[in-house]
Amino acid sequence: MSRQALDTASEESLVEHIKAGDPEAFEWIVNHWSGSMLSVARSIVGTDLASDVVQDTWLSVIRSVRRFEGRASLRTWTFRILVNACHKRAKVQRAELPAAFGDGAAADSADGTGGPSVDPGRFLSSGQWAGHWAVFPEPWPNPVDGALAVELREQLAAALATLPSRQRAVVVLRDVNGLTSDEVCAILEITAENQRVLLHRGRATLRARLEEYLDRRPVAVAHGGSAEEASGERIGPEGAGGGVDDGAS
Amino acid sequence: MEPLECRELVELLTDYLDDALPRTDAERVTEHLESCPGCRTYLDQLRGVIDVLGHIPAEQLPEATQKGLVDTFREFTAGQP
Repeated sequence: MSRQALDTASEESLVEHIKAGDPEAFEWIVNHWSGSMLSVARSIVGTDLASDVVQDTWLSVIRSVRRFEGRASLRTWTFRILVNACHKRAKVQRAELPAAFGDGAAADSADGTGGPSVDPGRFLSSGQWAGHWAVFPEPWPNPVDGALAVELREQLAAALATLPSRQRAVVVLRDVNGLTSDEVCAILEITAENQRVLLHRGRATLRARLEEYLDRRPVAVAHGGSAEEASGERIGPEGAGGGVDDGAS
Repeated sequence: MEPLECRELVELLTDYLDDALPRTDAERVTEHLESCPGCRTYLDQLRGVIDVLGHIPAEQLPEATQKGLVDTFREFTAGQP
């Protein structure tokens, strides 16, 4: 099967080709899935062991794919093998490991998912407009292309690496690799609600990091009109960026 | 229908984008967004983050490792009936 055909192949067709021993189909899934597998493995067993566990997972897939029955998607099945391999490896190395996945409250608080995702200081604490923005967030320049898009990708990639491991795994699977909520829940064995909490917290943290970066950036559009004009189109609704400071009194 | 505060709304946006909110809550979010430029900006920024994340190149196994796995696949399947 050609690479081009693989890019648009259905799940059934992909599975059929791999079961039939098509090396190009196998190469395609190794190439497309290993990145997110590395991220998930790193979040459970740490950076040093992640690559080994991913390779072991692929060896398991090679040995057992002919027995794959299609109850879940091939990708979910592969990631479940990965997560099981990670937990097995983690058991051996338990002393030095971050918390495993699960829905426990203790793990949640260790991951900082208990409090608000936006700094409470951004909102008015009293008056008619209590609970509303003290100052509206500044709209960002449109990062669709150009040098800014590259910068923002670099900033986000760096910020991703600093997220707590469970948040990072969910953000990487959902937003970087485009897996569905159901797939992520099945892979990480977490509830839909917990998945959304981790995802939201991760996204909110990343948004705050980008905001800090754009505020510091010399040609940022945040203050004054000339940079705004130079930047062209902006993300965000027209006329946004005011404030509701009249509510502070 | 009790109006939402901005600080409540910002916690609901991932559920909102996933269509995971009960209908009345989704309506409260929509209504708030219509009248609040600050929360519209915040939502646009979250969407911007999601968009940029979708363009981060995924990390990869080294090419030699990938090639080794494909070779193993080839050898294994060649040995199967």
